[in-house]
Amino acid sequence: MADTNAPKPSSSVKLVLLGEAAVGKSSLVLRFVNNDFQENKEPTIGAAFLTQKCNLPTRTIKFEIWDTAGQERFASLAPMYYRNAQAALVVYDLTKPTSLIKAKHWVAELQRQASPGIVIALVGNKLDLTSDSAGTAEVSGDGDDNAEDSGDARKISTEEAKTYAEEEGLLFFETSAKTGHNVTEVFTAIANAIPETSLKSARGPGASHAGVSRTEEQRVNLNGPRDSHAKEGCAC
Amino acid sequence: MDRDIEAGSIDTNNNNNNNNNNNNIQKNQSNNIEAVDHVPPLPPRPSRKLSDDGASGALHVTAASKPTTQVSTIDISTLSFPDGSRGTFSTSATSATRSVASPQSSASGYTSPRTDPTAETVSVASYPATLRPPGDLADLVTGEFNRRSRAWSMLRTQSSSVQPFEASRTGACDTLAGFEKEFDDIPELGDKGITDEQRLSLWKSKMKHYMILSSAGKPIWSRHGDTSLINSYMGVVQTIISFYEGAKDPLLGFTAGNARFVISTQGPLYFVAISRLGESDAQLRSQLDALYMQILSTLTLPTLKNIFVHRPSTDLRKPLEGTESLLSSLADSFTKGSPSALLGALECLRLRKSHRATINNAFLKCRSDKLLYGLIVAGGKLVSVIRPRKHSLHPSDLQLIFNMLFESGGIRAGGGENWVPLCLPAFNNRGYLYMYVSFFDSVDTAAESQETNNPPSSSQDGGPPPPQPQPPKPIPSPDEEIAIILISADKESFFDLKSMRDKLALQLAKNGSLALIQSAARQGRPRIETILNLNNTQLTTESQGQGQGQGQLSHFLYKSRANVQFCQSSLSPAFESPLSSSSPGPSSSAPEKGSSVTTSSERQRTADKLLVSRRRLMTLYHHLHSSIHAKHSHLKVLHLVSEDAASLAWITPVFEFYCVAGPNMSRGVMTQCANKVVQWAKREEERLFIIGGGVF
Ligand SMILES: Nc1nc2c(ncn2[C@@H]2O[C@H](COP(=O)(O)OP(=O)(O)OP(=O)(O)O)[C@@H](O)[C@H]2O)c(=O)[nH]1
Ligand SMILES: [Mg+2]
Repeated sequence: MADTNAPKPSSSVKLVLLGEAAVGKSSLVLRFVNNDFQENKEPTIGAAFLTQKCNLPTRTIKFEIWDTAGQERFASLAPMYYRNAQAALVVYDLTKPTSLIKAKHWVAELQRQASPGIVIALVGNKLDLTSDSAGTAEVSGDGDDNAEDSGDARKISTEEAKTYAEEEGLLFFETSAKTGHNVTEVFTAIANAIPETSLKSARGPGASHAGVSRTEEQRVNLNGPRDSHAKEGCAC
Repeated sequence: MDRDIEAGSIDTNNNNNNNNNNNNIQKNQSNNIEAVDHVPPLPPRPSRKLSDDGASGALHVTAASKPTTQVSTIDISTLSFPDGSRGTFSTSATSATRSVASPQSSASGYTSPRTDPTAETVSVASYPATLRPPGDLADLVTGEFNRRSRAWSMLRTQSSSVQPFEASRTGACDTLAGFEKEFDDIPELGDKGITDEQRLSLWKSKMKHYMILSSAGKPIWSRHGDTSLINSYMGVVQTIISFYEGAKDPLLGFTAGNARFVISTQGPLYFVAISRLGESDAQLRSQLDALYMQILSTLTLPTLKNIFVHRPSTDLRKPLEGTESLLSSLADSFTKGSPSALLGALECLRLRKSHRATINNAFLKCRSDKLLYGLIVAGGKLVSVIRPRKHSLHPSDLQLIFNMLFESGGIRAGGGENWVPLCLPAFNNRGYLYMYVSFFDSVDTAAESQETNNPPSSSQDGGPPPPQPQPPKPIPSPDEEIAIILISADKESFFDLKSMRDKLALQLAKNGSLALIQSAARQGRPRIETILNLNNTQLTTESQGQGQGQGQLSHFLYKSRANVQFCQSSLSPAFESPLSSSSPGPSSSAPEKGSSVTTSSERQRTADKLLVSRRRLMTLYHHLHSSIHAKHSHLKVLHLVSEDAASLAWITPVFEFYCVAGPNMSRGVMTQCANKVVQWAKREEERLFIIGGGVF
């Protein structure tokens, strides 16, 4: 995945993953970053920060990824991660109806609170559990089949999700972190969808983060950690 | 008074009932028990009391009287009780174990050697003085050298190399039979071919259970079994507990068969431990406390209270969702046996003082203003700590962090850097802190990516090897993983801490510290042979000396009380496969290094065996620990010989020392070894322990 030859313009994109617990956010990231999959992945605690480059014909995108925890008690921390994000992956599990409802909530929250130009992709994960997974090459394109085929665990039709995505102006993919199906495609599509104008140079410290001043010299008195964190009774 | 009910017998002494249920487990250890304590001077008399629990025990009985010459009478088989022993050390092996914890009734009363040397020094005169520096253990445990008979020595020369627990490994009545299955999952309800009865009997076969429920009787978590399986038991437990609660006479524990039940109530939560592994009540209770701390760490105390104030019937499973694996890995570490939990102390990576100082200084220099605590940890061992002057880190908080990072897979497996809100209850149970974590292998320092292909062997030791950054590909075993942990009270400080980490990583790589840490971690814990043959030279030869002459200690724990830290000897070869230094725990998913051609079933068998033998070791340590810490016992030294193993516990205001050897190691040799190790630990104190750490 490293840059190959001639220096292409390189920019960094902050991306956040949101979605109900256990839909496969971490698995998608693990597939994208390490091309790996773990059968029994433990829930994320808090959030994980990872980076991965994505080579486009004309430029290189360096994703700075926040993989957030889906569990309810971490929900109050989410704004910290999506606040400055240029892209979001909202993930649901296409074998679990409630996860799409949750995904819609996230989309609404992002549209309300995140930066206006944010690129949002709706991702239905665990496609390998559906019967149409076997030979699909371009699932994302044609939403047709579903129904209760043999051994099909699909609970959310491609049609339904796709229609919703179109209404809201979201990118839409069905993926399998397990097989790797469509995973890089999602990230590439996001990279392509980021307007050139909103890209900053990846070099230099200016990839400003989360609105926190990063100056090392700033004096912060740690005297009262008890006070300062008692007041933010969040994360639950 | 707190109530303590027992099936069958009411225990009159709350302090000493801990081991009642352990008779089966521990009766083998009670053949020959000696205790030394502070009981006022007694007339001189022999110190050993003997009991015998069977034919085989007879040969282990040592001389009852204390002759002063080498050639002496020997009573290989007698059960004769030394006259004047308080007689309660009965021949009934079943009660003998208990008696250990209650010196009033059993232990022979040594006087403190310095206050009354006459009491037990009949035979001490022949000790070479050099063996007895001030405070020498030999002062406390006397007599061994002079009471060996020819028969006894002959017996011993034949079997001096017997490893501990060999008897029970082959023994028919193995109390740990099936322990290797302890951590296997119970099949789900719908699983094919499994009846409910089979599931229930699997559940019942577990030797250790933990349950957490609300005072309203709602199940919150249990280590084994799903809701369908355990709901009714939870109901029963709740009924029993609340019955006594209602009577204002809380139930603390009871015994049923060979299982000990210990109950701990924390506000609206009930914690229950059920154990057939022989821990004391106090030990089980501290395990339950740790589980409670884990819950607080997730929720904070005010939140927990709030939840139940508003709705006492709340189902706490929802807010705790996702932390089940943390509770389970914590529980499993207790079930496997954790020296750290037992001693309430931390283990540090052994490093030269100057090396650690270099690391501390680099750490302090990179410090972000947002930092509260900074830790470098290698394979679960503390390498360096920096902290504000007025705050120290509590071991129970660190236990939670280490459990999260090294025992349960969640964070480590994710890769990348993590930002984890958590409450450290011993620091402050009212709010969250934010913990930045990165593992060195996952986010490797791009700056120093020279590829070296050194296999993770422990070949180099001695002087500092040249800097050798970890090659990125081979995943280090859990014992070698290095993590940087930075804790802040500011939830927005991730990038401050990340940049601090990057700076620090660069520094450590540049000044060679990273390589030092890696090689120290790879080298593993000190080996007893090395320590005993040390003679003030540096650790050089690792492999020599095994099994030469008299048998050697198999393992020891040394806790520095002032530092709340401990060190232990290498678990290999007796309790760890010499092939891999990684833990055989089922949770360790590190791929096998090297290309050993062992089949996976073979590997599994080895892992199982090690799991069990480690538990044996830890059971013995738990026993020593509870005996020597029993209230009112005032023990200083406890020497225990059984069919299985010889062991020794020794407590002073400065340290706690525990060691285990094969059953035939004589007390004298054991005493010598103990002295050597303790002296070594004293000499090495600043390498073994972090003293103070970096303070800002
Ligand atoms: N069959 C299948 N299983 C998957 C797939 N992706 C993830 N899983 C499994 O689903 C479970 C949850 O995956 P995670 O990646 O941990 O889910 P998450 O969204 O990160 O969960 P939280 O961190 O709790 O929010 C794991 O057991 C994965 O192995 C997939 O594409 N197919
Ligand atoms: Mg996750």
